[in-house]
Amino acid sequence: MVDTSVKLGDWVLDNPVIPASGTFGYGYEFADLYDINCLGSLSIKGTTIEGRFGNPTPRIAECASGMLNAVGLQNPGAEQVKTVELPRLAKCFSKKVVANVSGFSIEDYVAVCEALDGEEQVGIFEVNISCPNVHGGGMAFGTDPASAAAVTRAVKAVTTKPVYIKLSPNVTDIVSVAKACEEAGADGISMINTLLGMRLDLNKRKPILANKTGGFSGPAILPVAVRMIYQVYEAVKIPIIGMGGVSSARDVLELMMAGATAVEVGAANLVNPYACRDIVRDLPAEMKKYGISRLSEIIGGAH
Amino acid sequence: MKQSIFRVLENTPLTETVYRMRLEGDTTHITSSGQFVNVQLDGLYLRRPISVNDREGNVLTLIYKVVGEGTARMARMAPGAELDVLTGLGNGYDTSVSGDAPLLIGGGVGVPPLYLLCKELLAEGKHPRVILGFNTAAEVFGEAEFLALGVPVTVTTVDGSQGVKGFVTAAMDGAYSYVYTCGPEPMLRAVYNTATSGGQFSFEERMGCGFGACMGCSCKTKYGNKRICKEGPVLVKEEIIW
Repeated sequence: MVDTSVKLGDWVLDNPVIPASGTFGYGYEFADLYDINCLGSLSIKGTTIEGRFGNPTPRIAECASGMLNAVGLQNPGAEQVKTVELPRLAKCFSKKVVANVSGFSIEDYVAVCEALDGEEQVGIFEVNISCPNVHGGGMAFGTDPASAAAVTRAVKAVTTKPVYIKLSPNVTDIVSVAKACEEAGADGISMINTLLGMRLDLNKRKPILANKTGGFSGPAILPVAVRMIYQVYEAVKIPIIGMGGVSSARDVLELMMAGATAVEVGAANLVNPYACRDIVRDLPAEMKKYGISRLSEIIGGAH
Repeated sequence: MKQSIFRVLENTPLTETVYRMRLEGDTTHITSSGQFVNVQLDGLYLRRPISVNDREGNVLTLIYKVVGEGTARMARMAPGAELDVLTGLGNGYDTSVSGDAPLLIGGGVGVPPLYLLCKELLAEGKHPRVILGFNTAAEVFGEAEFLALGVPVTVTTVDGSQGVKGFVTAAMDGAYSYVYTCGPEPMLRAVYNTATSGGQFSFEERMGCGFGACMGCSCKTKYGNKRICKEGPVLVKEEIIW
């Protein structure tokens, strides 16, 4: 028997596998396919204080071993998430969730965290200061250590729940942003969001995406995630939720050895709706292959 | 929705760029005409959404046009090849509101889903009529299949090289109880502006997942935001915002 459990602070997860925000909706589409209680947790669609339609379409483009998306934080808004989506999710998922929070100003982030702070179902907040697909706010907070720290402090002041800050890879020095968040009181780091990319339609001689640029995800970005997690692990003491191109149990082990305590799976869910279930199922065998009996032992094991 | 493996039985060109692929597998999750499947292809990251042309027993028929790398790979597949397919995607057409004499209007690669719809309407004892629109005679396909069902078919071509010269709207005459349509957006809009009855319009959009998870294909309607892959691809006339 192997032990797949991990601890994010005081929160014990049966396994480190968490579907990433924006690739799993609020879980119900997947709950129709399999019992999603096999997951460690799940990160809900990024929630803003007001409902948003997001960007015009096309919002999706493809590339070798990956994809671009420019959805632009479509979501029904914090109140609807609280009164409709979370209760509906509770019917098919009995574990605590990661509440992914987005905004365009510090006040926005604070307002969403306040709105969801009383929800028993929310295990931690994952504050997205790294969305590349919205204009104003979003990624701007994640590319400057001082702004990242300001968001962290403001959110910490209004919630007792652990606050994880989701970082952008679209920076020269991600370590300085991570350290600024830790110093500002963040309970953990979530990384990496998508890489900023673009594809062109050669017939139209224009970008494929209506938003022109989009967030690049999929297996192609795994090495970037591994590198950044490895660097941040050396610089901070708080736990890291790692993500970026994970599509197999083997990838989960790699991000954990780089320094992740838990691992989110994103784009893979869109291609194989059973991706997370398969990864959870495959983990014990994959652990045995590398002589791992207790998964939490390998966190940062590559250092 | 169901993920399963299908085996290619046949993959035949119908025109220079349009192919018919017949596949064997579990079709039980296809619940309505107008739905689509999402096909995984080796070496490409995202699946390719293709409308269901026909479903009979465990045989699924897809008619697709080679428009890019994904469909080009499909065109090279030989009988016996296996495909990973998500079936039962999208809402599909609702035949309960068709009235006795619905008009089915397909444009180009929008023609295929109307075939299973036509069969469903006939099975309900209704009397559908079909308009198939193309740019030119060399692109025409599907006419014989609809005629074999015993329904009246009008072919239109933009250049007049076959059938009625002009767009599909040139053939939207006479009485009809409802319209069902699928085709390029300018055609859908023209049908919308011409139709004297209610109708259902099937839309296309670039998709991430095809089953409602990624919000990649959202659109605004008078009834709120919808996902083309989940609450669509078929929208009713009253809700469409152009």
